[in-house]
Order: sequence, then C-alpha cells, then structure tokens
Amino acid sequence: MKKTLKEAFEAGEFAITGECGPPKGTEIDQMLHHAEGMLGYVHGINVTDNQSSVMRIGSLPVCRLLKEMGHDPVFQITGRDRNRLAIQSDLLGAEVLGINNVLCLTGDGVQAGDHKDAKPVFDLESVQILRTVEALNGGKDLAGNEMKGSTSLFPGAVVTPESRPIEPQLMKFEKKIKAGAKFFQTQAVYDAENFKDFMKFARQYDVKIMAGLVLLTSAGMANYMNKFVPGVMVPRNLIDRMKEAGKEKAIDTGIDIMCEFINETKDLCDGVHIMAIGKEELVPEIVKRAGLA
Amino acid sequence: MIVQETKPIETIREMLKDVKKIFLVGCGDCATVCEAGGPDDLKRMEEALKGEGIEVTGTVIPDTSCHIPDVKSQMKKHAAEVEAADAIGVMSCGAGVQTLGTLYEEMPVFPINNALFLGNTERFGQHVEFCSACGECRIDKLGAICPITRCYKGILNGPCGGVNDGMCEIGNDTPCAWVLAYERLEKQGRLDNLKDTSPPKRWSAHLKPMRHLNPTLKKKMEEKEAKRKAKEAKKAE
Repeated sequence: MKKTLKEAFEAGEFAITGECGPPKGTEIDQMLHHAEGMLGYVHGINVTDNQSSVMRIGSLPVCRLLKEMGHDPVFQITGRDRNRLAIQSDLLGAEVLGINNVLCLTGDGVQAGDHKDAKPVFDLESVQILRTVEALNGGKDLAGNEMKGSTSLFPGAVVTPESRPIEPQLMKFEKKIKAGAKFFQTQAVYDAENFKDFMKFARQYDVKIMAGLVLLTSAGMANYMNKFVPGVMVPRNLIDRMKEAGKEKAIDTGIDIMCEFINETKDLCDGVHIMAIGKEELVPEIVKRAGLA
Repeated sequence: MIVQETKPIETIREMLKDVKKIFLVGCGDCATVCEAGGPDDLKRMEEALKGEGIEVTGTVIPDTSCHIPDVKSQMKKHAAEVEAADAIGVMSCGAGVQTLGTLYEEMPVFPINNALFLGNTERFGQHVEFCSACGECRIDKLGAICPITRCYKGILNGPCGGVNDGMCEIGNDTPCAWVLAYERLEKQGRLDNLKDTSPPKRWSAHLKPMRHLNPTLKKKMEEKEAKRKAKEAKKAE
C-alpha cells in the first residue's frame, strides 16, 4: 500500500501523482481500469473538473469511486462553473465523502470548451478558493458563519513556471501560499534549466512542489501544445527528437524524455505530477522506468 | 457610452414581419456616435425598411433616448405620425427602447439595435470595454485598470495560467489586464499594491435592477417628506 499524498510529503518521500479525466457520458469502465492500473504506483490521483471546459462527469463523484478503489484522490475544483455557495457546498461534500486533497483552480474560459454559450461564473478565483478551504478548515464559512463541523482538507494549487512575463505569476504564487496552499503541481514543464530557476525562487517557501509532466506522444502534439496551450513551452530539440523517433518509437521517446526530466530535477523538487493524457495505462511503466517504483 | 450596433436586416425582417407602418426613434447620444441612431442611420434604415415593404411614418432623434421626461416632450410633437404607425422602432440601446415602451404601453416597440457594452472610444469608430458599472470601484490599487471588466475571468488576485506572452488566453488581441496593471504599477514604483490578497467581490453592490437618486434630488425629496409629515402632525393637533 502506497502512502497518501500528504503522508508521502510528511515522510519526505518523492511524491507521485497521476491524473484521470472523467469521460463525457456514463461509461466509466475504461477510466476505472486506467486508475486501477495506477494502484501502487502513485500516491495520489487528480480528477479533473470539466477539463478544457468540456462537460463531463463531475470530479467529486469520480474521486469517491477512486477512493473506494484504494486511491488517495485529489479533487480538482474550479471557479468557472460554481459560485461561492456551490464551491463551499462541494468542499463540504468532499469532506464527508472522505476526499482529503483539493486542488484549487480558477478554470479555463468556457470559450475553449464544448458549451461556448454557457455563462461563465468565476465568482471566486484560485486564491479565493484557497482562502475558502482555509475558512472551512477553521469551522467557518466564507460569510463568517459558524458551521456544524469543519473540514480537514489538504489544499493545493497550480503555478505556471513557463509563463511570460513571469513576475505577475510569481506574485500570484506567493498569494496562493499566503492563502494556505500546501502543495503545488506545476503546469507542464519541459525545460529542466527553467524549472531549476523556478525552484530556486520557490524554495524560499515552505511548500511542496511537484513538477507537472505531460507525456509527449508525437511531434505534432508538442507543436499543438506550444501553439494552443498557454504557459506550455516544449523546446525545439525535444520536438526534433519526437520527429526523428517516428510513429513507432514516439511513445517510447516521450517516456524517455519524461524520465530524463525526472532524473535531472528529482533532487530539487518534492515530486512529479504525471499527466499521460489518454495514455494513463502507461503511468506504471513511466514510474518504473524513472526508477521511482 | 453604450456601444451598440444595428441588428442584421434578416433579424429586423423577421422581427417586423407583421408591421406595415412604423415610427422610428433614434438617439442623439451613444447611438449617434456608434453610427446606429443618428440622422444618416435613420435615413438608411428608412430606405432598408422601404425595401421590406414597411413605410416609415415619421422619425425623431431625442438628445438622449434614455431620458424619459425629455423623450416624452419630444414625442408630443410627433403625435400624428405615431398615431399613423402600427409600431415604434427604436435605434438606441435597450434603455431607449424601454423608454418608448414605458411611454406607449399600447403599441409594440421594437429594438432595432443590439447594445453591446459600456465602452471607451479608442479612436473614432473603435470602442473597448473598460468598465462594468459594478457598483464598487476598487481600481485604486491596480493602476486604474479594472480586472473585473478587462480580464475575461474577472479575477482579482493576479493573472491566471492562461496568459500567453502578456496576452489573454481568449485571443482577440486582448492584453492581460493583470500584466497591464503590473507594468503600470512598476512604472509608478507601486508594485507593493499588488501584495494584498483581494477578498471575493461584493456583488451585492450591484443588485439588479438598480435605482439611484442624485444627492440634490434626495435632499429635496426628504425635505418634501418632512414638510408633509409636519403638516400631518399639525392637522392631528
């Protein structure tokens, strides 16, 4: 049995998290199968919240299913679809369902998703959601009302080390720490040198940092991310390597690239968050090849 | 100013399918600046409606169509033309349309324009949204840049992860309001302004529908009420 995410941090272990994107529709067998494969290889498993603003099963019920399977789920919650009542209500729900970790995010704009005419909410953003967790953990709601029973949630957040200009991002990173974030999973990073610079800055603070890694599956996918995913920068040499690998060796090369990054940065950060988007069945192999199993 | 544009003719055609004669009202203020409610625009609309088989019985352009007493007095001069029409078409924002709706309860009143946003003019014909009239201005610490309006997500504690080389993830060549605020405050040596965490916004400062009395009128009304009460008290004695 793996330690929970919080226990791994507390024990000073190199923490590993995976990620599950709930499907659109009610067929969850494949997702559960992927999650099952990760058992014993990850400390925690993130469940995304209508990722990319595409409507799917809610994060919270899926977290509960993973919990029953033996995972320590990380409930991702965004401000995009919920006002402050709904956010608090879902956070209390997480507590009673035994979900301990909550990753607080602002959320993508709805224009990116499949319901472009939806009314975006954004009543609270990431920093304010972290503050909300802090309030609920302290037994009070956001309006200052006393509650019957408090939460004991472990709040995390996200930071984008490749964002340019970086200064306003770092300012927000500091605000998230002040608002109670205990751990960070970064947006996808590929350039180890840039990541080292970020870690130098981040080490001033007593928080856990996990490098966010997205598995490259082709040169085209890398180019797509550079073009359309803000805050992600895949260096030219990695794109060339993916191109040279060709179709047959692409996944293998993607895993190599990820393992090299892990080896180079392992001593600097507190863990990795592995996003094998659509290829979750590869997470155990990645963990083994990186020498983390 | 309320930035607006005239609806596409297909929409107007569908909306006015049961109308044969119409009286047109423009607006001398925002709609005129937006080329959607001035003299030339009304003339153009009159021609277009003629092409649809709709006769315009008369036109008027009040100084500001949202000013109910003023529009009322202007309309008095056009009583016969309104009488001859079976509908009123208004080339202004929805405020103007509702002025006419309030004044002519027994007639159908149609919006010819779409109101888009409360806008600033960057150059003639080019408008941008800077203010949402949210009832609680907090841009003193943000270099006079409003993230409630100029950030797609309206967030109050710094840029989201979607900012891309200083531009908003939504595209449209929109700069990130938070990067703009950061750069402006840096020039002013006031970056410390950004350190405090903003609490959630008080949306109750803008509960729809809003009402507002200007202080002079408020005082006048209070005095009138006090007088009425004094009179009543005297009567009771």
